[in-house]
Amino acid sequence: MSGEGKTGGKAATWQDQVYDLLRQHKVTQFAYVPDAGHRILIDRSLADPDVHSVALTTEEEGVALLAGADLGGARGVLLMQSSGVGNCINMLSLTSGGRFPFLALISMRGDFGEGNPWQYPMGKATEPVLEAMDVTCLRAETPQEALAAVAAAITMVFQAGRAVAVLFTQKLLGAKKF
Amino acid sequence: MAVHSTGKDAAGAVAPAFVLDRREAIPKLVGRHEDFLIVTGLAGTSRDIAALTEDGAHTYSMAGAMGGACMIGLGLALARRDKRVLVVTGDGELLMNIGSLATIAVMNPPNLSVVCVDNGHYGETGYQKSHTSLGVDLERIASGSGIKRTLTIEAEADIAAGTRLIREGNASSFVLLRVKPTEPPAYKRDLDPATTRTRFRAANLR
Repeated sequence: MSGEGKTGGKAATWQDQVYDLLRQHKVTQFAYVPDAGHRILIDRSLADPDVHSVALTTEEEGVALLAGADLGGARGVLLMQSSGVGNCINMLSLTSGGRFPFLALISMRGDFGEGNPWQYPMGKATEPVLEAMDVTCLRAETPQEALAAVAAAITMVFQAGRAVAVLFTQKLLGAKKF
Repeated sequence: MAVHSTGKDAAGAVAPAFVLDRREAIPKLVGRHEDFLIVTGLAGTSRDIAALTEDGAHTYSMAGAMGGACMIGLGLALARRDKRVLVVTGDGELLMNIGSLATIAVMNPPNLSVVCVDNGHYGETGYQKSHTSLGVDLERIASGSGIKRTLTIEAEADIAAGTRLIREGNASSFVLLRVKPTEPPAYKRDLDPATTRTRFRAANLR
C-alpha cells in the first residue's frame, strides 16, 4: 500500500489522514469533480500509482461509477461539493434500489460564513435531499470529528453495505474568501 | 411484445441509415457473449441482451437511473482489468449523460467498449424522435470526446469490423450501431436491481 504517509515531507494534515484511512480500507477508485475543499485528497489520489483517480464531468457519473466498481469487487469514494449533490439525485436510485455500498465525502458550501448567495439553496438542501434518497449523513466540524466520521462511514458502507455521506462543514474547511 | 409495432407505424419516416434489425444485428455484433461482462441501459438494450444471454449472471441491466450505463461500465472495467467489459445502451440513455464519453476517453481502459444501439427514438415511451434522428451524431461526439477507436455500423457488411473493435485493441472503443426503430425481443428479465447485483457479484467475483 504505497498510498500511506506520502505527504511530500510536510506535516500530515487531517485530509492526509483521511486519505490514508481510505487506502488502508482498500479504496481504489477516487471519483471527483475538481474542488478546492478536496484538493489534498484529489492530489494524493493523482500521485498514488495504486488507485484510479477519475475526474468526472458531473457528480452523477460518480454514483454510477461506484456501482460499477462494486460489481467488480472494488471500493470507491465520491468527492464532491454540496452543490454537486443535486446532480446525483436520480442516479442514487441505483444505489438505493441495488443496495450498493456508497461513500461520499462532501465539502459544504452555503453554510457557516458563506459569502456567495448562489451556494445557499443547495447548501441548505444537501442533507434533506441525501436523506430522502436513503443516504445517511454524518456532519464533521473539527478535524477529530472528520476522521471519526470517515472511519465510522467506512464501516457502515463497506461492512454493512450502506450509503453514507460525510459532510465536511465550512466550520471545518473555512468559508471561501471572495 | 412483437405485436405492438413494426417501427414504421410507430415512428413515422425512418432515416435511410436506420435499416438494420436490432434482433439480428446485436447478436451478430456481440458474438460469444460469455466473453464479456455486460452492462446495459434501460428498456430496449436490456431486452436485447437479456434475450441474447437468457438474463445471464454476467450481465447487469438497468430499468431506471437513466444515464448511468457507461459509468457503471467504467467502474467495472477499472475494477476488472482481467475481463472485457461491454456497455450496450441506447441513444436516449447515452444522450442523458453524454459527458460520460469524455470521462471514459480520459481514463481510456483498454478493456472497455461501448455499443450504442441507435434507433433514433425513445422506444419505451412511444417512439418519439431522439436527437440522433435530428442530426446529432454520437460517433462524432465519442470521437470528439477523445475516444480513439470508434465506428458507425449502418449495414450488414460493417458488423464484422465492429465485432473485432469491441474485442481487440489497446484503448477504449465506441461503436454506434444504427438500427431501425422496431421492437426489441420480448424477454421477462429480473428487474430487481439488488438481486441482480448479488447475482452478478456471486457469479463473477474472483
